[in-house]
Amino acid sequence: MTVLSDRQQLGYIASQAADARVNVELETEGMTLNIGPQHPATHGTLRIIVRLDGEQVVWAEPVCGYMHRGYEKLTEVRTFPQVTTLVNRIDWLGSFANEVPFILAAEQLMDIEAPPRAQWIRTILFELSRIANITLFLGDLGVQMGAVTPTFIAFRDREYVLNLIEGVTGGRFHPNFDRIGGLKDDLPKGWIDECRQVMKRLRGFCEEIEDLLFGNEILQARMRGVGVIPAEIALQYGLSGPNLRGSGVDYDLRRDQDLPMAWKEVDWKVWTHPDGDSWARCWVRLQETREATKIVDQLLDGLPAGPIMAKVPRIIKVPAGEAWVSTENPLGEMGYYVISKGDLGPFRVKIRSASFNNISVVPWVLKGLYVPDIITVLASLYFILGDIDR
Amino acid sequence: MSDAGTDEATEATEAKTEATATTPDTAEEASPKDEAREALLGEITSALGDGVVESYLMPGTDLWIRVATDSWADVGRALHGRGFTFFSFLSGIDWMPSPYGRGEDDPTAEAPVRETETKQGYAGGETRFQVFARLVDLDRRLGVTIKADVPDDTMTVGSWVTIFAGANWHEREAHEMFGINFDGHPDLRNLYLPGDFEGHPLRKDFPLLARMIKPWPGIVDVEPLPTEDEAPPNGETAPSEGVLHAPADESAVTAAEQTPDTQAQQEQQAESSEAEPSDTGDTA
Repeated sequence: MTVLSDRQQLGYIASQAADARVNVELETEGMTLNIGPQHPATHGTLRIIVRLDGEQVVWAEPVCGYMHRGYEKLTEVRTFPQVTTLVNRIDWLGSFANEVPFILAAEQLMDIEAPPRAQWIRTILFELSRIANITLFLGDLGVQMGAVTPTFIAFRDREYVLNLIEGVTGGRFHPNFDRIGGLKDDLPKGWIDECRQVMKRLRGFCEEIEDLLFGNEILQARMRGVGVIPAEIALQYGLSGPNLRGSGVDYDLRRDQDLPMAWKEVDWKVWTHPDGDSWARCWVRLQETREATKIVDQLLDGLPAGPIMAKVPRIIKVPAGEAWVSTENPLGEMGYYVISKGDLGPFRVKIRSASFNNISVVPWVLKGLYVPDIITVLASLYFILGDIDR
Repeated sequence: MSDAGTDEATEATEAKTEATATTPDTAEEASPKDEAREALLGEITSALGDGVVESYLMPGTDLWIRVATDSWADVGRALHGRGFTFFSFLSGIDWMPSPYGRGEDDPTAEAPVRETETKQGYAGGETRFQVFARLVDLDRRLGVTIKADVPDDTMTVGSWVTIFAGANWHEREAHEMFGINFDGHPDLRNLYLPGDFEGHPLRKDFPLLARMIKPWPGIVDVEPLPTEDEAPPNGETAPSEGVLHAPADESAVTAAEQTPDTQAQQEQQAESSEAEPSDTGDTA
């Protein structure tokens, strides 16, 4: 140890004192920052209250309910075929995918199964809603990260998918096309060829977005290692879909359960990423879009002929019982717990929506992050307000 | 809609429940998945002991287990320890039949007699309210629905927040919607509703005011249910759309599409007007 002179010692003490004084002066007061319910960075009316220490989040709390429409109560006064109109509006970017689990639950209670062609077309439309949904997510991700160009590309290419959905169902956002026992209509003439071309185009879009966004250094710097959710936490909070697979859990309801749908007939891969950060979640979504185009292509190749509607009674009375059916929707696990008492309508429907669980992890994951990271994490968790509030 | 039909259907289910509960081996074609569920049920029953009150297994479909109210929190912990790591949802059920019906009544007619008896579903129950939750074992890829009675006087069950952190919001939702209390929940505030909201909207005796003011407009053209004799024979293809509002026959379609002025004219040319829609349908 070097011996300090008196002068040096005095200087050291003075500097320590100065540091202490500065520290006292710079001691930050807690600040509460309210984001939303109307804010450009929150798509929809999600309000988040964060308490900051400097720029660091010490406490965060999402406030939901600004868009609660009481669908669980409303289903109790509707008939079974009328409920699809309601559930269309839960995740409005992937509407058709919302109808499927409810219809499957009703079919399970009635002990009927849609004919193979209807199952395949259902699966095709399901994957098309996934593509339409995640395409917009990828564009929106750019906007939230401060890059505007990807949005235009995404909106442009999503239009083709919406046109496809419109071509079959007549509705761009709310198809209301699924029926108990099958589908409303068959595919229109020439649709299959058009669909193949669009799928090819969408694969091009994925390449483009991968270069543009995922190859961008700024985006990587902002997303890698930010908002890490370990697998254990993800499971505890019931995260599902790409948020769960982005944490390295290999769980996909399309593959892991036995539903009367056509996913098990085709060859595709479940993508996971071990990192669990914002980057991983977005990357998994990109891969899933690509995988969905492959699923659609294979389904179009093997589309069976036959009827699209099973024999169902003219007036649908669902036998008493309980059924739980969930599917892997664009946002994650979407399920309906349907209780019927043999009436025209359900006795109770519990709607398990993906975003509700996905957003409930926000207070945990935001703790300790900085203000700009809030937007990154919210963007990567990807929620639809209608899917939280129902 | 008819009370007789509802009773019959419920009774049929109850009979089925009892049959399956007493003789689980009656499943004729037991696929490997059923064996897996049966093994699962056996494992859970042995692990929880007296905690399991009743269970119901639907071969190839799903498994329901009703546990004692006191052991609700312990059951969550035990299942989490046995591999049920994925928390799907938690909510409540109000088994009391709604005193308001489904809003389809004719306001001018006399109020119909409604069912008042509270009947619980699969795996039974004794109380009006139940909590139920869904847990998934990711290794076996099997899920199970857990139910528990909520005592009518205390309306309290144990909280799962310390086991599954995600249960926090679900329990807050069940609290505001059904009035169920969760013992041990750190912050049982309203999630969706304003803090000073009175009542619990998802209870059956909470009126849906929109329907009280005005009956559901979509329900007015519901025709009376056909009796067994009138029901279409099995060979007949079912209509693919508008199942509820399906008119009785072809002439009703034509009548609905026509304006009253042209109706009289076209009734004379009934054959040609019936052929017309099918032609346009083909070309469109």
